[in-house]
Amino acid sequence: MLDFISQPWPWYVAGTLIGLTVPTLLILGNKAFGISSSLRHICAACVPAKLPFFSYDWRKESWNLWFVGGVVIGGFIGGTLLKNPAALTIAPDTLRDLQALGVRDFASGLMPTDIFSWGNLFTAKGLLFFVIGGFLVGFGTRYAGGCTSGHAIMGLSNLQWPSLVATISFMAGGFAMTHLILPYLMRWVM
Amino acid sequence: MISEQPRIQTKAPVRPKSANWKFSLVGIFFGIVFVKAEVISWFRIQEMFRLDSFHMYGVIGTAVLVGMISLQLIKRFNIKTVQGDPISVAPKQFSKGQIYGGLLFGFGWAITGACPGPLFAQIGAGYSVVAVTLLSAIAGTWVYGAIQRKLPH
Repeated sequence: MLDFISQPWPWYVAGTLIGLTVPTLLILGNKAFGISSSLRHICAACVPAKLPFFSYDWRKESWNLWFVGGVVIGGFIGGTLLKNPAALTIAPDTLRDLQALGVRDFASGLMPTDIFSWGNLFTAKGLLFFVIGGFLVGFGTRYAGGCTSGHAIMGLSNLQWPSLVATISFMAGGFAMTHLILPYLMRWVM
Repeated sequence: MISEQPRIQTKAPVRPKSANWKFSLVGIFFGIVFVKAEVISWFRIQEMFRLDSFHMYGVIGTAVLVGMISLQLIKRFNIKTVQGDPISVAPKQFSKGQIYGGLLFGFGWAITGACPGPLFAQIGAGYSVVAVTLLSAIAGTWVYGAIQRKLPH
C-alpha cells in the first residue's frame, strides 16, 4: 500500500482530489477555494502600513492561513514520509532544452537543486528564481485577483468568464516567459 | 498581559478558535496531493509551458471538471454547510487587472515553477530556500496594495 502511495499519482487522481477541495471547503464553512489571498492576509496581519488594501479584519479570513499552514505540513508528509524513491521522469524534449540552458540536476527530486538551494541566494540565480520570480507571483496574483486555485479552478468551476480571462492570461504569460524571455535570463544566470 | 485580554474577547464572537483547525486538515491533504502528483515540481511546470507533457493539463482540467460538477450539485440540491448555513459563491468582477496581473503572474509562474499553493508545499517538502520566494511574493502582494490605485483596472 505504502509502495503504491509512494509512486507519483496519475493526473486523473490528483485532478479529482484537487477538484474535490472546492466542495469540501464550501461544505465545511462556505469558503471559496483560493490560496493567493493568504499572502494578502499575511500583509494585513504583519505590515498593513495603514494602506486601505490591507485595512480589514484579516482574522475573519484566518481559515485561509490555517489552510496554507496545512499545505506546508502536507508538503512535508508527501516529500518525506511518502517520498517517491525513484528519480522524476522528465519529458525528453524538456530535459534537452533545460540541459542546453545549463540545468544539471535532474535526478535529486522535484526541483533542480543547482537552482533551488540556499547557496544561490545571493547570486544572479537567486535574484531571478527567488526574488524576481516570487515578486511577480505575489504582485501578479493580487493584481489579477486570484491565482490558479481562485481563478483557474474555483472561478472556472463557477463558470465565471473573468476567471477564464485570468486563466488565459496566466498561460499566455507563462508561455511568453518560458519561450521568449527565460532562455536569455537563464543563459545570463546559470 | 492585561492588554491581551480585550483582543481575545473581540476575537471570540467572530468564530470560535476550534473552528479553523479543520481547514488545516484539508490543507494537509491538499499538500500531500500536490507533492505526490508532482504538481509542485519546477520540471512539471517547464513541461507544461513547453507543451511536452499532458500531466499538468490533465490535473487542472480534471480539477475544473470535478469542481464544476460539485458546484452544480451543491446549487441544484441546495446543499448547506455543516453548520447549516447556505452556500454561496461571490461572482468574479472583471477588471483589466485579470489581464495585466495575469500576465505578470504567468511570468512568475514560469520562473519559479510555482503558483502560491505549491510555494507552501515546496517549503514543506524540503526546499526551504523557497521561503525566500514566498517572502518575495508577500512583498509583491504588499507593493500591489501600496500602488493599487495608480494601476489600470
